[in-house]
Amino acid sequence: MRWIRVQLALLDFALSSLVRRKGRNLSLAAVFCLLVMCFASVVFAVKSLQREAASLLEGAPDIVVQRVVGGRHDLIPVQYLGLIKSLKGVQESTPRVWGYYYDPGSGANYTLMGTRCPDPSLEEGSVLVGSGVLRTFSGLEHGRIILRSAKGSFVSLKLKGTFPSDSELLSSDLVLICEKDLRELFDIPDHLATDIIARVANPAERRKVAEKIYEALPDTRPIQKEEILRTYEAIFEWRGGLTIVVLSALILSFLILAWDKAVSLGPEETQEIGVLKALGWDTSEVVRMKLMEGLLISITGFAVGIFLAYLHVFLLSAFLFEPLLKGWSVVYPRFPLIPAFGVHDLLVIFLLTVGPYSLATIVPHWRTATIEPQIAMRAQK
Amino acid sequence: MIKLAEVRKIFNQGRPNETVALRGINLEIQEAKLTVLKGPSGSGKTTLLSLIGCMTRPTSGRIWLCERELTSLPEKFLTTIRKETFGFVFQQFNLIGGISVLENVTLPAYTIGMPRKQRRERAMELLDRFSIANKAHVKVESLSGGEAQRVAIARALMNDPKVMIADEPTAQLDSALSKEFMAIMAQLKAEGKTILIASHDPLVWGSPCVDRVVEMRDGTILMLWDSALASGGGS
Repeated sequence: MRWIRVQLALLDFALSSLVRRKGRNLSLAAVFCLLVMCFASVVFAVKSLQREAASLLEGAPDIVVQRVVGGRHDLIPVQYLGLIKSLKGVQESTPRVWGYYYDPGSGANYTLMGTRCPDPSLEEGSVLVGSGVLRTFSGLEHGRIILRSAKGSFVSLKLKGTFPSDSELLSSDLVLICEKDLRELFDIPDHLATDIIARVANPAERRKVAEKIYEALPDTRPIQKEEILRTYEAIFEWRGGLTIVVLSALILSFLILAWDKAVSLGPEETQEIGVLKALGWDTSEVVRMKLMEGLLISITGFAVGIFLAYLHVFLLSAFLFEPLLKGWSVVYPRFPLIPAFGVHDLLVIFLLTVGPYSLATIVPHWRTATIEPQIAMRAQK
Repeated sequence: MIKLAEVRKIFNQGRPNETVALRGINLEIQEAKLTVLKGPSGSGKTTLLSLIGCMTRPTSGRIWLCERELTSLPEKFLTTIRKETFGFVFQQFNLIGGISVLENVTLPAYTIGMPRKQRRERAMELLDRFSIANKAHVKVESLSGGEAQRVAIARALMNDPKVMIADEPTAQLDSALSKEFMAIMAQLKAEGKTILIASHDPLVWGSPCVDRVVEMRDGTILMLWDSALASGGGS
C-alpha cells in the first residue's frame, strides 16, 4: 500500500513537471507522434498489402511452367501440355498467352493477358481493363483502346469494362484480351504459349509434381504457388524496408534531439534534482519520476501517432507513401487497404519508438541523480 | 545527539584542483539545542552541514547520529535517514520554480508514502502556522523574500524532523526578516527540535536563543562558545 502511494505521489509530481514545461513537452510529444505515425503507417500498409496479395493469389494456379532458354524466360511449346497432363496428381493443365505492353505516352508497362473467347464477359475485338489502365493509358479513344502490334500496324479494340476494385492490387495494370487477338498483336504462333499452368488437387503433392515436370521437361522451370506468394511478400517487405530506410533519417534526428535534450540537462533541472535528493528523494525515486515523465510524453505520442497512422493508411489510402509501397510507378493501384496488423506489430512499433526515447531520457537523469545533492544544487550558482 | 570524530573532507582528491574543506573536525551537537556554525566564506560551514545532514560522505573520520554510525551506511540508508531525521533550509531557499507553494511544501512527503489528502492537510497546517496559507496556490516566483523563507521553513518541517539544518538562511533577508527567522527557530527549539545553522550574520549567532557557537576558519574549529558555560562565566 505504501509502495503504491509513493508511485502515485511520483506520478503526481511527474504530471506537475510536464505541465510546468508544457511548451517543450508538447513539441516533443508532437515530434514523437509524427515519428510513430510515419513508422506505423509503413508497417500497417505493408501488412495489409501482404494480406491483400496473399488472398488474391489464393486463386492463382498451383504450378506455373515456364520454358527457359539461356536462363531467360521463353515461349513454351503447347505440345508440352500432353506430358504435364499425364503426370499423376495433375488435375487440369492449360496454356496461357500473355505479355507486357509498353505505352510511351504514359511511360508505363501494362500486362496483357489472353483468354479463350467467346468468354461470358468478352468477345473477339474487345478488352477488359484494370482501373490503372483506364486512368493512365494514352491510347484510349471513344471507348476503344489503340495498340501497336509487333508487325507495326495499329489494332483498335473495344473497351468492354473494368475489373472490380477489390482485385486492384493485381489487376490495376491488366488488359484482358481474347487469345486470338493477343497472338496477332504479339505475333505469337499457335503452337507456342507464354507458360502452362497446372492445377494439383493435393497441396502436399505440388512439390513432387513440380520435380517430375522438371525431370521430364529439363528446359522448363516449374514455379509453385508458394514461391509466387513468397516473392510478393518479399517485394512488399523490401518496399517497406526501403521506406523505413528513408524514414530512418527522421528517426535518427529525433533520437539525436531527445538525446541532446536529455544529456544537456540545464542547470535548472540539475538543481531541481539536487533539491529533491536533499529533501530525501532516493536516486531510484528521482529516476522513476523522470521515467514516468518520459513515458507520459512517449505513450501519449505513441497513442496519437498510432491513431493518425490508422487514419492515414485505412481512410486516406496511405497517400504519403502510396507510390513507394504499392509499386507500379505510373499505374499504382487505388483501393482501400483493410487492417491486417496484430498486437505483435503494435508491440514492435512500441518497443522501437518508446524504448529508445525512454532510454535517451533516463540515462542522463540517472547520472545527475547519482551526483551528491550538494554538488547538484550548486549547478545554478 | 550528533558526534563527529576526526572528520576530514577533501574535494577532487588527487586532482590539480584538490581542495581540503575540513581538517579533522571533532564536535558534538546536543539534542534540542540551537548550534550556530560561524565563520567566513570558505571556512567549511556548508560542508560540515552537508556531512551532518547525510548529503555527502567524509573523506575520513566518523559521524554518529544517536549512537548510530553513519559513515559506513549505504546510500539508500543515508537517504532514509535524511528524509526522516533532517529538515533543510537552504541558502537561497531552493524552492522549485513553476509549481505552487503547497506543492513545494509537500515535496519531502512524496517519498514517505503519505496519502495525498494527508500530505496537503499537513502542508496547509504548516503554512497556516507561518501565516502564509493564503499563498498556498500561488507559484513560488511571486513570493517576497520573507514569504519564501517561511515556505522553506514549512517545507523543512513537513516530515516532522528531529533536526533542522539551515545554511546561511538570512543571507538574502533584511534585519527584520532575519530576526523573524530566529524567532521561529527559537519556537522550534522550544518544541524540542535540534537546530543547526551555518551563518556569519551577527543577527543569527548573536541571537539570545543560540546555545552554542562554533567558530570555524580554513576547515578547522577555532573556538567553541557555549551559553551554559558563558552564563557560568566560562567560554
